[in-house]
Amino acid sequence: MSLLLDIFTVTAVLAGAVFFLAGSVGLLRFPDSLSRLHALTKADNLGLGLVMLGLLPRAGGLLAALKLVFVWLLVLLASAMVSQLVARVARRGGAPS
Amino acid sequence: MTVASALALVLALLVLAVAAWTIVARRPFAAVVGFVAYGLLLSIAWVALSAIDVALTEAAIGSGLTGVLLIGAATRLRATEAAVSAERPGASLRWLAALTSATVAGAIAVAVLSLPDPAPTLAPAVAEHLAATGVGNAVTAVLLAYRALDTLLESIVVVFALIGVWSLAPDRVWGGHPGPLHHAAPSGILAYLARVLPPIGIIVGLYIFWVGADLPGGKFQGATILAAMWLLVMMAGLTDAPPISRTWLRILLVAGPLLFIAIGFAGVLTAGAVLAYPDGYAKLLIKVIEAALLPTLTLTLALLVAGAPERRLRR
Repeated sequence: MSLLLDIFTVTAVLAGAVFFLAGSVGLLRFPDSLSRLHALTKADNLGLGLVMLGLLPRAGGLLAALKLVFVWLLVLLASAMVSQLVARVARRGGAPS
Repeated sequence: MTVASALALVLALLVLAVAAWTIVARRPFAAVVGFVAYGLLLSIAWVALSAIDVALTEAAIGSGLTGVLLIGAATRLRATEAAVSAERPGASLRWLAALTSATVAGAIAVAVLSLPDPAPTLAPAVAEHLAATGVGNAVTAVLLAYRALDTLLESIVVVFALIGVWSLAPDRVWGGHPGPLHHAAPSGILAYLARVLPPIGIIVGLYIFWVGADLPGGKFQGATILAAMWLLVMMAGLTDAPPISRTWLRILLVAGPLLFIAIGFAGVLTAGAVLAYPDGYAKLLIKVIEAALLPTLTLTLALLVAGAPERRLRR
């Protein structure tokens, strides 16, 4: 059982890391602000979600596990809002594309 | 080399690289972004050293609040940026600056490296007497029982800093509203966030303040989160910063430190020393002081970001 949980944790965290890597590569390689933003937020949300999922069995209690889920939801909210705000500035031509 | 020490090495190199980037960056805004990233990396380093309290403070104050203040400064300096970066200081001045910095860094390095191993520490003594304070978090016990004087001066210094910011206001707007008036679309995304996030943020801020007695957290970190929520509502244009001439505002700004001083001097009568707590009341008094400092710090930190008065008092 504990071996299965370990495999689950390692797989999910590694998959999360892959998304973070993809997001970072997209941030560096994509041509304009809007697509860079797209790469960053989508990959970050999924990446953090998978890392959080992998850490859930190790949280050591329901309350701690709920805190982890809550942190992820807060990051989702913040990154969705911030990407909207950044995108608006970019569309108005406030940032170099 | 174990995995943990390899990670620590990578983290240390990253911190150094971002610190170097912050110094080398030509544009103020880029340097500020580097500074914020540096602060966040530093708080990861503190977590790796199991200093969660320090990590929270670094993330909240060192990186978050200071970062916002520096972004404000960088935005204001944008008008003069081109002129300033066009003029280069002479070679002798730059060499002198480099020499001075290297000397200071070298002196600190020598001091750190020549510490005896193990370094002199009072940690066992604190751990032994922790029960006497009734507080479970050793950091809170040190800040409010053993080194209460430092914390008292710290809480006064931030109020002085705010007075310093206010004193930059021109005479004609003295007593008026701090900062520019923020406009945002009433049904826009910022106004939405400013309605959704504060209820959550206020609970998180109060929770971090409350658990400070027994777990990592405390008034400074809690106050930063509360101040951030207030600033968010201000920036979304849902409310305006209060004019600095308001009596309630000024009373709240000095109430925390004043109560701290009063309890400190009451210690002369009840416990025989300034800032000493009578037996059995230490935890209660520590929580009372922290609770009184929380509104003071929240107001001070938020108004520091809001800035000097820029608009006349509306009648």
